[in-house]
Amino acid sequence: MAFVNSKTKEIQVKIVYYGPGRGGKTTNLEYIYKKFNSRIKTDMVTIKTSGDRTLFFDFLPFDIGRIKGYNVRMQLYTVPGQVKYNATRRLVLRGVDGLVFVADSIKVRRNKNIISLKNLQENLTTYKKNIFRIPLVMQYNKKDLEKQGIPLLDFNTLERDLNSQLKAPSYYASARTGENIIQTLKKIITTTMNTLHKELI
Amino acid sequence: MGYTLGQEQLDRIEEILKQDLIDLGVHCVFLIDLAGNIISSIDNGKYEHDIYSLAALAAGNFGAVSAMASIIGEDEFSLLFHKGKKESMHFSKVLADFLLVTMFGKEVSLGFLRLKVTEAIEKINKILEP
Repeated sequence: MAFVNSKTKEIQVKIVYYGPGRGGKTTNLEYIYKKFNSRIKTDMVTIKTSGDRTLFFDFLPFDIGRIKGYNVRMQLYTVPGQVKYNATRRLVLRGVDGLVFVADSIKVRRNKNIISLKNLQENLTTYKKNIFRIPLVMQYNKKDLEKQGIPLLDFNTLERDLNSQLKAPSYYASARTGENIIQTLKKIITTTMNTLHKELI
Repeated sequence: MGYTLGQEQLDRIEEILKQDLIDLGVHCVFLIDLAGNIISSIDNGKYEHDIYSLAALAAGNFGAVSAMASIIGEDEFSLLFHKGKKESMHFSKVLADFLLVTMFGKEVSLGFLRLKVTEAIEKINKILEP
């Protein structure tokens, strides 16, 4: 639920990184924070357990500049991926404008991706939102592990499993090396801004 | 998805927050929506905290507390207040989708603050009501 402040000429937009636990959502935000450090005036907020797992959410706000005279502020959030934290996951989704689904491309995590995507669809329904209509980008993470000999799902299998009906823009990426992380971010920003533009202006 | 408030509405909200709360001695007050967006914020000119992060955390905190209330069969908890040594925070719901967050020091009593917050919310309701 983006907010347009016509007094300060500012638009605040909420983007949520969703996906199974240990899939790389926090690493995505950490990479973005490192890459755009000079443009991000505040610290990244993280609420995590002592075991370094996301407990509530990570939060990273940054300005992307002016669009049609309005200063656009992107507010990036992650959700806790672990199954048991569904209540907090649902809370973070409140007012979401755009979604990045971070899937884990390790072969043995195949089923966890599918369960998490179904969970996203259910949680969106509680806010009367439709996964087929909301701006969404798919990211198949951990591409870098291929070099270490860890069996990964190939791009076509991931597309078939997760994106055959949604047909969202998708990237094979590595949050650890940064490959396709900024491209994912750019894509969700443009898709979300196009949707908002149609609705608000 | 998305909503807009006009300059006149935002001016009136800011005026209420200033007159009812900042002039009372409150350090900083902001009106946010439950998605964590800041609708309006005003401070006493000496406040330098990161209000965007505070807004995101306040919305999350309020959501978590509301979910706890629901589990134990309450509609909501009427008093949400964090007390610090120098700085305290007070949260109050405005209509169904907004939250008023107030930060204040020892010089302001909680009882008086709650009274003034209630008055301010009644005025803001009239501006925000569809």
